[in-house]
Amino acid sequence: MNDDNLKQYWAINIRYVLILISVWFVVSYGFGILWAPVLNNIQIGGFKLGFWFAQQGSIYIFVILIFVYVYLMNKLDIRFGVQETEEGS
Amino acid sequence: MSVQIWTYIFVGITFSLYIGIAIWSKASSTSEFYVAKGTVNPLTNGMATAADWMSAASFLSMAGLISFMGYDGAVYLMGWTGGYVLLALTLAPYLRKFGKFTVPDFIGDRYYSQLARTVAVVCALTVSFTYVAGQMRGVGLVFSKFLEVDIFWGVIIGMAIVFMYAVLGGMKGITYTQVAQYCVLIFAFMVPAFFISAQLTGNPIPQLGFGSKLVDGSDIYLLDKLDQLHTELGFAAYTSGKKSMQDIFFITVALMVGTAGLPHVIVRFFTVPKVRDARISVGYALIFIAILYTTAPAIAVFSRTNLITTVNEQYYGEMPKWFTTWEETALLNWVDKNGDGRITYAPGQAIVGNPEINRANGKIIRGKYGEVTLLNSLTSTKNELYVDRDIMVLANPEIAGLPNWVAALVAAGGLAAALSTAAGLLLVISTSVSHDLIKKQFKPDISDKKELLFARVSAGFAVLVAGYFGINPPGFVAEVVAIAFGLAAASFFPAIILGIFYKKMNREGAIAGMIVGLLFTLAYIGFFKLVYPEYNTPEYWWFGISPEGIGTLGMLINLVVSLIIGMLYPHPPVEVQEMVESIRYPRA
Repeated sequence: MNDDNLKQYWAINIRYVLILISVWFVVSYGFGILWAPVLNNIQIGGFKLGFWFAQQGSIYIFVILIFVYVYLMNKLDIRFGVQETEEGS
Repeated sequence: MSVQIWTYIFVGITFSLYIGIAIWSKASSTSEFYVAKGTVNPLTNGMATAADWMSAASFLSMAGLISFMGYDGAVYLMGWTGGYVLLALTLAPYLRKFGKFTVPDFIGDRYYSQLARTVAVVCALTVSFTYVAGQMRGVGLVFSKFLEVDIFWGVIIGMAIVFMYAVLGGMKGITYTQVAQYCVLIFAFMVPAFFISAQLTGNPIPQLGFGSKLVDGSDIYLLDKLDQLHTELGFAAYTSGKKSMQDIFFITVALMVGTAGLPHVIVRFFTVPKVRDARISVGYALIFIAILYTTAPAIAVFSRTNLITTVNEQYYGEMPKWFTTWEETALLNWVDKNGDGRITYAPGQAIVGNPEINRANGKIIRGKYGEVTLLNSLTSTKNELYVDRDIMVLANPEIAGLPNWVAALVAAGGLAAALSTAAGLLLVISTSVSHDLIKKQFKPDISDKKELLFARVSAGFAVLVAGYFGINPPGFVAEVVAIAFGLAAASFFPAIILGIFYKKMNREGAIAGMIVGLLFTLAYIGFFKLVYPEYNTPEYWWFGISPEGIGTLGMLINLVVSLIIGMLYPHPPVEVQEMVESIRYPRA
């Protein structure tokens, strides 16, 4: 494992984190707070959309974001050969 | 069978289970005591984290709080779940790779400084003690309400149980009891929710139920109905809320970042074997937490609707039995201001302060309609109803007319939630003392056996202190919860993030940042919550930020100070930079 490779691994990791954190921010602070009054004009079933994002939707998306990150990183670890062996690290 | 007998049965069964686990899981080394030897399965750890995290506040108070806040309740729902995304993406895997026992361990090693370690220990102890006092109080309350045991004895019993499995088993014992406690608390939370959702909307899944139509034949959506009731009574619409947008924003950030910086949560990710386990176990934890957190807003809507339709403009004489039982506990009271014998529910306080029951020789003095009378002076609002927000979850099964065993189950669930969080916090306290202070600062050459003994003694001592505060709560327990999150956000979080993502961050910057962030946040909260509570209104707040949200500003100040001071001093030593490099890769 050479240094350049590790640098690239880290750079890709940072990119994943930034993308996922942006989604996290837009869903909770955007849909759930800043644009909630506007989204409340849209109603799906009994839910006003802004209210739904603030009290339900953002939580579901948080869960999905973590599992997406886990999936991406497990693949990345293998691609760069930094995954842990079975005995631990 | 009565609620009380059912409660004895449920509490008896669950407590024997916890004690059984304690005996089975005795710890024999510090590594076992602090982090269960780092051998916990990630799914198990996720469940234990969920129980660790969800306290008496999440279980008993949150749904009630949301039902009175409406949309604004989102600050808790998003704030107390969103932090897990930060944990999974920016903290847990790296701290696992670092592979020591505590947060002060990381701060001390990363910033090559005993001062930094000490600052971190002080923060960890302050945050944990603040929190644990509230948990023991919760235990006492459940005991006194359901088993009619004195709060004093309730706390003593709770202390004895926690003592058993925390002091004997350490992290190992705590982990497996927390798994059991999670199962108890989630079952207890969901059962009434299924029943009530089906009753009101015909859909038993609460997450869908509160977006469905009512089954009363009116063909109207539940939330629309609630908005309509609110507007008729003069409240703000349930789905829009009253707090200013910037305050909502700041509180949510403070709670999210605070969650990610809480030592008793972070330490759970030291207990799994591998970096990839740490990542996935945050995901499992959030699933288990989300089950409760997406149900709570539904319960809030159900109980709010049930409350309004049951009481408003109805004759006191026609109130169901639960109304009168809660009246005698001074948690739900009615004052007939307009003398029409009917309950008027409107915005504003009905009375000045908390209800004080009017008694003569210990007997309650009743009014014209048989209602419990109060000593409090009345306010000038139209509102005649006092409702304590904490009773909403406890009273919910009774309000919905569910069988007695459901109410008893809720009591056992509340105890599980309070005990599991208390145990996690006590472990952080004992680890901070035996490992971060004694082992790392005063007696580095201490043997593992001795250190384990110190860990047990300090856990025992912490149980006693927590119990004392549970029995004699400082008047400001509720107020200081904001401090716990604000402190974690303003002190730990930036130091850890910079420590992982910015290799050149040095000790001078980090220490200055932590101290300034901490003092700023403490000063702001202290000013508005303790010294001048009469000024605690939006016109006096900086930028309209309430004390609950100020940790966010403290965190930003910490970041700026760290970066500026950091630039004035030399880079950290090469070996520290190499350490930072090494925690970034699962194997390298």
